[in-house]
Amino acid sequence: MSKFNKKQGNANPTISTASLPDIVFMLLFFFMVVTKMRDTELMVGVNTPQASELTKLEKKSLVNFIFIGRPTAKFRDVYGTKPRIQLGDKFSSPDDIPLFLEKHRVTVPEGFKDRIITSLKVDGEVTMGIVSDVKTSLRKAGQIKINYSAKKRERTK
Amino acid sequence: MNNEINAGSMADIAFLLLIFFLVTTVIAEDKGVLVKLPPWSDEPPPELTINTRNVYSVLVNAQNQLLVRNEPMEISKLKENTKLFITNPQKRADLSEDPTKALVSLKNDRGTNYKTYLEVYNELKAAYNEIWEDEAAKRFSRPYEELTKTQRDEISAAYPLVISEAEPTKFGEEN
Repeated sequence: MSKFNKKQGNANPTISTASLPDIVFMLLFFFMVVTKMRDTELMVGVNTPQASELTKLEKKSLVNFIFIGRPTAKFRDVYGTKPRIQLGDKFSSPDDIPLFLEKHRVTVPEGFKDRIITSLKVDGEVTMGIVSDVKTSLRKAGQIKINYSAKKRERTK
Repeated sequence: MNNEINAGSMADIAFLLLIFFLVTTVIAEDKGVLVKLPPWSDEPPPELTINTRNVYSVLVNAQNQLLVRNEPMEISKLKENTKLFITNPQKRADLSEDPTKALVSLKNDRGTNYKTYLEVYNELKAAYNEIWEDEAAKRFSRPYEELTKTQRDEISAAYPLVISEAEPTKFGEEN
């Protein structure tokens, strides 16, 4: 006589799927947290160089971005291939920087205004002329904390 | 007769997906080289008389070549050379008198590639960072990241980071 009698009868062998919604929610929340929404479309091609001495940009609300690079294929017919500055969602000149900074500054709460950082996302192949113009304009506007956006690499030996 | 499709393996599939995305997703992080620009002033800068032995001048031309203290140099050697200049362990007469008096002067051309410029700036900053790390190990026997604010201030007071940037020259072709 076997100890392991097979249970006979109408036992229902379906697996409980009650945890499926949890899994789907987990996925959903994960992507909600991780996904970084790009609120502005990039109109210039930016391939930032590599550097080793990097600082993380902590508070996103205190950071404004200036992009410098060549217009992407979509805009090449109208704007040519010379490097351009993109502020917000439009091509700009260095003269537009003070207004751009001021627009961001009013959104920052009082007491944090001296901690605003401008992140320069500049394509590696661009020459320094246009970058210098932007730097001068930033200095004139009183924005002296800047961050040259770069990709991580190891320090050279 | 039970016509339901067995959905038990759905959980496995969902997990597989989850793990796949977990592994492949690169969380976008904004990192970069933090720089503090000098405030703008309309007045001409005051005439400073600095002993030339205390100035480490780095020039980058439009061909992305380096001229350090009037000698051509490879970027790969810049960091070690800068460290030597700042700390001057052998008290050589042609290097800085004291780390607090040392000054790094960087000048580029409008035709210099941004990539080269950032690389040079990064090496100069790396030189200081390495000095600070060495000093942290020597004075407090701890890594620089773990030091308190006062300890860090003590180190940066002994080895102040001074990278002064001159107005770029206009010899090169801009793209």
